Amino acid sequence: MTERISIVENILSANDRLAEENRARIDAASVFSINLMASPGAGKTSIIEKTLPLLKDKMRIAVVDGDIATSLDADRAAAAGAQASIQVNTGGECHLDAVMLHGALNQLDLTQFDLLMVENVGNLVCPAEFRLGTHKSVLIASVPEGADKPYKYPGMYRGVDALIINKIDLLPYVDFNMDFFRRGVEALNPSVITFPLSCRTGEGMDAWINWLIENTKR
Amino acid sequence: MHELPITQAILKIALKHANEANAKRIENIHIVMGELSTNVDDSVQFYWDIIAKDTLAEGAKLHFRRVPAELQCMACFEKYRPNEDELLCPKCGSVGAKIIAGEEFYVEAIDID
Repeated sequence: MTERISIVENILSANDRLAEENRARIDAASVFSINLMASPGAGKTSIIEKTLPLLKDKMRIAVVDGDIATSLDADRAAAAGAQASIQVNTGGECHLDAVMLHGALNQLDLTQFDLLMVENVGNLVCPAEFRLGTHKSVLIASVPEGADKPYKYPGMYRGVDALIINKIDLLPYVDFNMDFFRRGVEALNPSVITFPLSCRTGEGMDAWINWLIENTKR
Repeated sequence: MHELPITQAILKIALKHANEANAKRIENIHIVMGELSTNVDDSVQFYWDIIAKDTLAEGAKLHFRRVPAELQCMACFEKYRPNEDELLCPKCGSVGAKIIAGEEFYVEAIDID
């Protein structure tokens, strides 16, 4: 005889529980951690590359790089001055999840660091669904992607704490309606902090660096 | 491509509750999925047929109940459906609405024998 059992259990609850465990480990070592998300080509690795030299005398930094394959990004982070850089190859998965970060944390002595930067897989959909346990989520938008992205990927824009608008040096050359972009962002996420910058020219990097320093000190 | 880990998570939840109830087999699994939550559907059933093989859940049918998205304006408390190209409150034009429905993603119930 068929019997119905009522459950109501969140399908991602196992991931969320592990994310809390990750957070507890990161907190226990007094490390500030960020989850950097963006579409492919927005400049995640380049921003890490340009951020590291500006911070490496002030704090000890570990980078965890998520990619479907290769260790190119972790190599770039190491070359730019990360004290540790760990590559996580997701083997086809489109995002990092708490299990993958957990594995990466096992390879790090967190007490040796002040800041942990996690570079997620380039993707504007899935990473928002999988919490990692990091303190702040940072989304990198870039001017050539177009101003309609908040409208097309609301899940991503809604949940982040900070938003970098990268490649502003290209504003004179591409059709990017900043007002339309900002209206979409404000509607979805009115309290998000934004950092318009160009990691290529260095314009606007100060505010981003200061934000990292302030949060890491806390 | 994250349907496989999601299918595995659903299977784990279903098997845990079926074992606790000493079920012989799982016939149906009822899943609630908000419009704004992760977009998986047919492919989950496809993976299911592979990963549930030789478990209590082999042959179980997955049923998805969709929950439409609903927002509530925090200025005038108007409730409304999100519109693709306009994210402001349709009544007062304010920003920063709260999502009150559409982010659900959970196993609601299983039917066991």
